[in-house]
Amino acid sequence: MAKVVVITSGKGGVGKTTTAAAFAAGLALRGHKTVVIDFDVGLRNLDLIMGCERRVVFDFINVINGDANLNQALIKDKRNDNLYIFPTSQTRDKDALRREGVDRVLEELKQQFDYIICDSPAGIEHGAITALYFADSAIIVTNPEVSSVRDSDRIIGILASRSRRAERNEPPVELNLLLTRYDPGRVVKGEMLTVEDVKEILSIPLLGVIPESESVLRASNTGTPVAFDNDSLAGRAYLDAVARFLGEQREMRFVKPERRNFLRVLFGRA
Amino acid sequence: MGLFNLFFSPHRHSAAIAKERLKIVLAHERAGRHAPDFLPKLQKELIDVVCRYVEIREDMIRVNLGKSGETSLLEINIELNGAKPMPTPSRGPLAAVAPPAKSG
Repeated sequence: MAKVVVITSGKGGVGKTTTAAAFAAGLALRGHKTVVIDFDVGLRNLDLIMGCERRVVFDFINVINGDANLNQALIKDKRNDNLYIFPTSQTRDKDALRREGVDRVLEELKQQFDYIICDSPAGIEHGAITALYFADSAIIVTNPEVSSVRDSDRIIGILASRSRRAERNEPPVELNLLLTRYDPGRVVKGEMLTVEDVKEILSIPLLGVIPESESVLRASNTGTPVAFDNDSLAGRAYLDAVARFLGEQREMRFVKPERRNFLRVLFGRA
Repeated sequence: MGLFNLFFSPHRHSAAIAKERLKIVLAHERAGRHAPDFLPKLQKELIDVVCRYVEIREDMIRVNLGKSGETSLLEINIELNGAKPMPTPSRGPLAAVAPPAKSG
């Protein structure tokens, strides 16, 4: 049975699209047929992060409106046969994402794919609500920072009250916390909320911790999902999170600072 | 400098402050999240009705939706201490349907 997974956060800039790309890539690497959909109508960016911006012909809104069929709009990833990208439109009509249309397209995708990853826009407006409405599972992307944690809490409340599962009194959307841009060095200094702090405040299961890493910008520069970068700590952390999502037990890595020279600690903290 | 900073930096506990602030604001926001939308309107209409009979201020009436075990409770508190009865009961919207004064 296909599973619809929304990547959401409330707040912008916390790493939703990076996570959607990495997570979809990770699922594909594990042999699952996966499509990642951009729900950010008007601000298309998933295509850039996935490195397929020059191959976009038809988009989500074209398919919803019946101007193109699904297979014309889906872009097959060149690095992995299991991975497909479904770009959104650059239209400024934000109501183009009609709920019945989205429902119909998702049902069609469920026939072909194991996982449907929905990359939500920021905020709690129409696009974000539509992205989470059909979800079976949600990954709440959170930075260890007050505004991000607060917005995540808000989104958790919305998932519990306004998703289709909530409206139909079905089992609730499965919630998972993904802590991104985590800097263990600053956590040790007491300058950043710890994993435990955020877990305690939001009280949902922790799927993974992605360390702040230069490789994330490098990945977006080149249009490569960071999970395809074997040398990247963030990429490895994403693969761990995917494994946990698939039910494996994996120890949390990259949550402690790398060992540093004692003299550097003593004479200033460069 | 490094050692001094390590132990006495004013920023050292900012994460603890963040956690405390978050706990307080989220406790408040979560409590408000489950309140149904009609509560403010209900409160206003109750005030209107009670005002026809006794003089009360808005802050003397409180409407809360709570839970006691498995039962949902709509709790309405109206403070009457110091409230004066209205001089004429026919004031307010009811005056419109009062019988017209006798003519001639």
